[in-house]
Amino acid sequence: MKVLGLILSGSSGNKLEKLTKKRTSAAVPVFGKYRAIDFTLSNMVNSGINKVGVLTQYNPRSLMDHLGSGKEWNLDRKRGGMFILQPFLSSFNDSMFYEGTADAIFQNMTLLKRAEEDFVLIGSGDHIYNIDFKKLYKFHIRNGADITLITKEHKESYDIAEYGQIKVNKENKIIDIKEKIDEKISDKIFTGVYFINKALLMELLYSSPKDKRNDLLMDIIVPNLKRLRVYSYNFEGYWRNIKKSVKEYYDTNMDILNYEVRKELFYSGRKIYTKLKDFAPPKININAEVSNSFIADGCIINGIVKNSILSRGVIVKAGAVIENSIVLQDTIIEEGSHIKDIIIDKDVKIREGKTIESIKSNINIIEKGTVI
Amino acid sequence: MKVLALILAGGQGTRLGVITNNLAKPAVPFGGKYRIIDFAISNCVNSGINTVGVVTQYMPHQLVDHLGIGKPWDLDIKDGGLYVLPPYLSRSDTSWYEGTADAVYQNIEFIDKYKPDFVIILSGDHVYRMDYNDIIDYHIEKSADCTIACMEVPVSEANRFGIMVTDPFNKIREFQEKPKEPKGTLASLGIYVFSWDFLKKALMKDASSTESDHDFGKNIIPSILKNNSNLYAYNFEGYWRDVGTISSYLDCNLEILGPLPPLDLHDKNWKVYTQSEELPPAFISDKANVIKSFVSEGAEIYGEVENSVIFQGVIVEKGAKIKDSVIMNRVKVGKETIINKSIIASSTVVGDKCEIGLKEYKVSKINKEIYNSDITLIGFNTNIPDKTIIGKNCVIDNFVDLKELNIKNLNSGEGIINEF
Repeated sequence: MKVLGLILSGSSGNKLEKLTKKRTSAAVPVFGKYRAIDFTLSNMVNSGINKVGVLTQYNPRSLMDHLGSGKEWNLDRKRGGMFILQPFLSSFNDSMFYEGTADAIFQNMTLLKRAEEDFVLIGSGDHIYNIDFKKLYKFHIRNGADITLITKEHKESYDIAEYGQIKVNKENKIIDIKEKIDEKISDKIFTGVYFINKALLMELLYSSPKDKRNDLLMDIIVPNLKRLRVYSYNFEGYWRNIKKSVKEYYDTNMDILNYEVRKELFYSGRKIYTKLKDFAPPKININAEVSNSFIADGCIINGIVKNSILSRGVIVKAGAVIENSIVLQDTIIEEGSHIKDIIIDKDVKIREGKTIESIKSNINIIEKGTVI
Repeated sequence: MKVLALILAGGQGTRLGVITNNLAKPAVPFGGKYRIIDFAISNCVNSGINTVGVVTQYMPHQLVDHLGIGKPWDLDIKDGGLYVLPPYLSRSDTSWYEGTADAVYQNIEFIDKYKPDFVIILSGDHVYRMDYNDIIDYHIEKSADCTIACMEVPVSEANRFGIMVTDPFNKIREFQEKPKEPKGTLASLGIYVFSWDFLKKALMKDASSTESDHDFGKNIIPSILKNNSNLYAYNFEGYWRDVGTISSYLDCNLEILGPLPPLDLHDKNWKVYTQSEELPPAFISDKANVIKSFVSEGAEIYGEVENSVIFQGVIVEKGAKIKDSVIMNRVKVGKETIINKSIIASSTVVGDKCEIGLKEYKVSKINKEIYNSDITLIGFNTNIPDKTIIGKNCVIDNFVDLKELNIKNLNSGEGIINEF
């Protein structure tokens, strides 16, 4: 299987409000020590893909910092490896931005031209799942497909208006695609992951006129749906897209307190890699009480932590209480504070005795670097 | 000024019992995710020493695997870096390293390649935090030929160390290696700074002597002292532990737990680097009760843990109670099992409703020299079936299956040791 991986991670993720003020959604921290992109990146590497292009656009600093040379994912290679693909100015291109997913790939056509790979897997940096793409590859070949899209059975937890809906026939061939409509026409939603023959992708992109070459799904695939063999590969496992809403982000994080989810994401035999930080193991002191929580390295806990996710280096001082919350890296919760139903970003300091909680059904975010 | 560090990591560490039967002492797991040698290597890189040779000999597989090309310590660099130095054969009479001095002697060629001004000789067996710049500055300030780091120890323990007698200017007047009647309490920590030209000459001289054991403490130091060289003692006042015995190993592990530990592994200004498994954060369930403990990544806690170090990937089932213990990587502790004051080595499986380390203390029937505390030690990859009862001061060797042996009960002081 020779596949070139492309990860779309240019989204501003504006639905994540303050969390994406200074970072792109693919760089949003999840589960105490990871960033969203770790999942798709690790999935690719675990499936034997060793050439991966990461397409960035919106505020990429923290994403770049996280990815580095790709060393943690075994992608600092002489052959293959990781390529960061940022928008650029050139003689044939007067826009500083990628106009959409198709445009982003089109502008990096050189990578496709030079690649010896026959297939392209296009994923997103915002997806949380653990998948073996080899099975997708086999499915694609077996059906003689031109394009295969990964779909997911629609569940209550997915807001239908936020996703593309996909209608298939008995053989799983896609007969209709509707993007983000309120009405439910199918029980399959599109995850945003494409598997496509490279030569075909290049041809489709070259043959589309410039002003109709923005979105890969709507501008390139949908108009050609009748003429191409486009199939739907249904992924059965756990899958979430964290950039859809703050609630989605919160719920996804909280899902990790469920053993089945932990087992599937982390103990399936396919590891999820991330940037190492060399923190010491979490220390839980004499007067601490920790229950139903996920605690990352470097934490020092003296207070009470319930139903929460603590990222690396979080310090909870004596008498502080944290409930149903997500606390990101290096935040300090001082003595006697009470934190409830909230997301606290990195490097925040909650001073002694403060009480902070969200108004019900609306999860608040404390911005990075705030002192309260 | 160029400094090269040489870490002696070939020792067996016999007093750690079955832990070091298949493992070099520097590779023994420590503190939830580390191995003992991480402290010496991290001290080097934190002190700005980027050329580090690690001398191996006894059971080096896991150690060498752990070290790799020095990546976790940022020692995968072009100029300098980390070098593993195993014993080797050559046309001259090189062979196994006969002693600590011989191990350095046989690597003269390696050291010369880097043309260092100073060589700092370290041991891979100690847990400590030290800025080597201080001792090197001291060495230069005193224009010493050799500077030995030392610490005051209790008189009762002085016979385990090299003991120094110094003048008011810290110049060493006398040196006794593991003396029966110590003349003082200033003990050598096995950390030496030498000016390289001086050390090279001393090693060459020692190598040609047929009577020498080729050991730093026994031969090199006494012989250079006799020649009126400038030897100075450097008083180290920080944290330093020789985790050489089972009880000191457990104590030292539990010492890092307190709110103000003498060795703070959480100090961001002096990080300890290691090569560890890549696992998600630790999960502590709503049924769990964890106090005064380290719980490493990948651990899943459903039971009670008190005053213990839980390593990576350990599973503690519902109703299990662990107290004053060290539980190494990937150990599984079954439901309602009680473990007290024990060391359980990696990948061991303990079934449901077992009792380990309770009962009354009894003198060991296995080896009184090694197993002389109330700590029970269970080796690597061992299987303890449901409802097994194991007393205090017991020992079970690596790769033992109690189910196969049909043993349900082990009284205090008893043990199972594999025969070779």
